[in-house]
Amino acid sequence: MAKPHLLVHDRKDNVGVVVVEDLGPGTAMLVVVTEDDSDFRMTSAAAVPIGHKIALCDLKVGDTVIKYGEDIGKVVAPIAKGEHVHTHNLKTKRW
Amino acid sequence: MTLATRKIWGYRRENGRIGVRNHVAILPLDDISNAACEAVAAHIQGTIALPHAYGRLQFGDDLELHFRTMIGTGANPNVAACVVIGIEGGWTEKVVAGIAKAGKPVAGFFIEGHGDIATVAAASRKAKEFVHWASEKVREECLLSDLWVAAKCGESDTTTGLASCPTVGSMYDKLVPLGLYGCFGETSELTGAEHLAAARASSPEIKAKFMKTWQAYQDDVIEAHKTSDLSDSQPTKGNIAGGLTTIEEKALGNLEKIGKKIKYIDVLGPAEAPARGNGLYFMDTSSAAAECCTLQAAAGYVIHVFPTGQGNVIGNPIMPVIKLTGNPLTVRLMSEHIDVDVSGIVRREMTIDQAGDLLIEMIAKTANGRLTAAEALGHREFVMTKLYRSA
Repeated sequence: MAKPHLLVHDRKDNVGVVVVEDLGPGTAMLVVVTEDDSDFRMTSAAAVPIGHKIALCDLKVGDTVIKYGEDIGKVVAPIAKGEHVHTHNLKTKRW
Repeated sequence: MTLATRKIWGYRRENGRIGVRNHVAILPLDDISNAACEAVAAHIQGTIALPHAYGRLQFGDDLELHFRTMIGTGANPNVAACVVIGIEGGWTEKVVAGIAKAGKPVAGFFIEGHGDIATVAAASRKAKEFVHWASEKVREECLLSDLWVAAKCGESDTTTGLASCPTVGSMYDKLVPLGLYGCFGETSELTGAEHLAAARASSPEIKAKFMKTWQAYQDDVIEAHKTSDLSDSQPTKGNIAGGLTTIEEKALGNLEKIGKKIKYIDVLGPAEAPARGNGLYFMDTSSAAAECCTLQAAAGYVIHVFPTGQGNVIGNPIMPVIKLTGNPLTVRLMSEHIDVDVSGIVRREMTIDQAGDLLIEMIAKTANGRLTAAEALGHREFVMTKLYRSA
């Protein structure tokens, strides 16, 4: 299998994890869903460091971010498909 | 050879347990006895001092935890024999008597009325006897699946949940059904995945015990002391640098360590020894690496597997800590700390199943005597858990 750029845990997820160094904007990423080894192509919209998340679809404020098929927090600033998802636009629902 | 009959070379102790190291420990009862213990260890080759910060004016549950950690550390099968030094005789003898129940050689010394120099001289003479006795011990063939192997992750990032934690889960799924004792902890870091952790209990009774423990942490520690949503502490700065954003995300990755199939059979207090036979256990611990490892070693675990993302460098003085990472950047930048490289998982060159087998091989090698990265680098973090301020 070709080396993926982005790994997604579960088919229900709306974010994936960058697994290559120096990913730039406009990269035609190979995205692999580890749950069933299915894959698809998607274009990155930002430079995102290895280990950080990219949105798989447009997300609006108040949406729930899903990873591992589970709720990992709420969107607090709009995120476009292909953009970086992190502490500037995603917050815990706990504590 | 199948995994069920796979052998390792270990030290069979007096109580039947298997050790993978043969330490003569010089254990301070309290902070002010560290200097004497370190003097003995500097004098007598083949001994190891275990300095720590506490042991004075503790009371109630906090004192009980102190004794349990001291006694459990001395009784751990990786310790062949133990010298205990305290400032006074009462508590010193209590720890000596507790360690003696494991059947191993143990002797106590106290400093009051003698001074450091005379105490160090007497303790050194005993420590030298113990070193000769311990170094005559010969490793025997034992079953790999009879080992007690604990787990905790640290400096986690998103690769931890993709690769290194599922690798530990694969190892547990394979070895726990064969007889291995497993242990996971980190009460605070299961927040966000507590419903999934609760669902992995072996019975409704154990599930209720888990939720009670988790809720007590939320009520007594988090709600009592928090000043914010804890986004600056959980996830940690290192976690955030590695791409983890929320405690929920961190918790879901953390829980990958317990695999897909097995269930935990009891909820242990900090440093409490498992008492329901072989299987996986949850222990109520801090998520700070040194505290968690110290408690698991005190409960009797002889090997630790530690998935890291950004590169935690933790070790333990008596329990070898095997580090694994799935982050290719950490493999490149911090290779001296990594025992098992599973970064092939994120490149899709290695399956989780293959990575689990690699980890089992490293557990066997470590049990046979291979020094871990943390041992070779001299990491001996020994950190007592304190429940509240001393009197």
